Amino acid sequence: MSTISRDEVARVAALARIDLRPDEVTRLAGELDVIVESVARVSEVATADVPATSHPLPLTNVFRDDVPEPALPVQDVLAGAPQQENGRFAVPQILGEE
Amino acid sequence: MTAATTTDLVAYEDAVRRYDPVLGIEVHVELGTLTKMFCAAEVAYGGEPNTQVTPVSLGLPGALPVVNGKAVEYAIRIGLALNCTIAESCRFARKNYFYPDVPKNFQTSQYDEPIAFDGWIDIELDDGEVFRVEIERAHMEEDAGKNTHVGGATGRIQGAEYSLVDYNRAGIPLVEIVTRPIEGAGERAPEVARAYVQTLRDIFRSLDVSEARMERGNVRADVNLSLRPTPESPLGTRTETKNVNSFRSIERAVRYEVSRQAGVLDAGLPVIQETRHFHEEDGTTSSGRVKSDAEDYRYFPEPDLVPVAPSREWVEEIRATLPEMPVARRRRLQKEWGYADAEMRDVVNAGAVELIEATIAAGTSAAGARKWWMGELARRAKQDEITLEDLVVTPAQIAQLQGLIESGRINDKIARQVLEGVLAGEGDPEAVVVSRGLEIVSDDGALLTAIDDALAAQPDIVEKVRGGNQGPVGAIIGAVMKATKGQADAKRVRELVLDRIGS
Repeated sequence: MSTISRDEVARVAALARIDLRPDEVTRLAGELDVIVESVARVSEVATADVPATSHPLPLTNVFRDDVPEPALPVQDVLAGAPQQENGRFAVPQILGEE
Repeated sequence: MTAATTTDLVAYEDAVRRYDPVLGIEVHVELGTLTKMFCAAEVAYGGEPNTQVTPVSLGLPGALPVVNGKAVEYAIRIGLALNCTIAESCRFARKNYFYPDVPKNFQTSQYDEPIAFDGWIDIELDDGEVFRVEIERAHMEEDAGKNTHVGGATGRIQGAEYSLVDYNRAGIPLVEIVTRPIEGAGERAPEVARAYVQTLRDIFRSLDVSEARMERGNVRADVNLSLRPTPESPLGTRTETKNVNSFRSIERAVRYEVSRQAGVLDAGLPVIQETRHFHEEDGTTSSGRVKSDAEDYRYFPEPDLVPVAPSREWVEEIRATLPEMPVARRRRLQKEWGYADAEMRDVVNAGAVELIEATIAAGTSAAGARKWWMGELARRAKQDEITLEDLVVTPAQIAQLQGLIESGRINDKIARQVLEGVLAGEGDPEAVVVSRGLEIVSDDGALLTAIDDALAAQPDIVEKVRGGNQGPVGAIIGAVMKATKGQADAKRVRELVLDRIGS
């Protein structure tokens, strides 16, 4: 029985700006189904006394001191910019922006 | 754009008589750390575009974030100052959306596990009434870059409109503070909203976690507002007015939304849940994005960062270093200075607390310090349309000026002239007194000459005074003061005049 509908896949893909063809939507709905079912099976054995896992690494509080280090040179920063102007990235206007 | 924007506004007083406003306020504060939240790029206001940027702030592939420990400490300080519980363990989450100022396509934030939650803060309204605001949460996140929009009209790219992005601000640590619904403010909702943000600003400054300058965008507020028929009714649909960035604008935005929503409801229409923009020029708001699918941020735990689990020892260590909170501090100072409630309120509203405190510390009485800052200096500041803080006179100079009066070297009237000199940049009061030759004429010889002249000019007064009527003595004193250009000690002149007539 399918738990992930084609509509859901299409919606999530749209949110993630991934352009899927109809046949890809169908295939992914099936694959995501398998994943969701597998996770559900794990949830069945995880009883209330098993704490939720926040992170696979058994570490907390990995902090850095508040000490500045050199920044990237501007020419390196802008090296990947398709367009630039006055040291800034030039990007297309977003619809509905002020 | 929507039907809701075309309905009439309802007069504010009428709207709050018939509807109960409920507020919800989100405040973002930029932390004053030396480096960014997740990388060691230096943070400095006003740098050239894209000069405070690392692969992490640019979201380049493979770049890994590392948490700034100082930013966590500051977030805990803020949480404790807001009477919050500090989480034993919390984590970061990715808030996914596509916008050019967020180069990673997600903002690293906190979602289901904020670092601080369940707090409250007492705010003081203009008349001294204390209003409690409950805090739902305070969480850590990073700021976005800055877009500058270039209109097509400039013609630099033919006919096209585009934006320029500077990522210096991307990754600056932020703490976002979210209130629970603020109920019971009634017609004072605009004042409550403003006083709340003002109180937070004062707290950030006293905690020394941010410069908290509104005009630089260090503190930004989003104001949610909804109306309901009565305080017992369920909450109405709210709008969120974004980035209202001055205290005055916060009041105006709330007033406008109350009037607008009342008009919508009066017309029998539903308030649309949406983001609105505030317009500084005319104090109105306009429709932005309608909350919809686009608001689904697909939050999930940030896999590149491990949880933050502040030890209880660390939290208590931070708690022990918290300064006195602004409201408590004001109450203590009021008691020490012996000001009446109304006097203290005026001092606070004039932004004179620190100035008066420093003037008193420099040796002036509480009454003397208030006399200057709330009198002549307040008048000058108002006249020049600047704040007291921006006057070119220091508390130490005011203390010196008052000292000159108390030691009898100048009188109150002359002191105003001395102050003129100080404000004109002629130096300390002492120097102005000397350079302008304003010292009181205390040499009895010089005074007696002036007195004799005055007496000779008005022999009838001498007769009256000799006859036991001391009333007209004032005319002689006035003449002497005039002759000495106000630089005489009026008390001494009176003594000498009576002495002269009597002899």
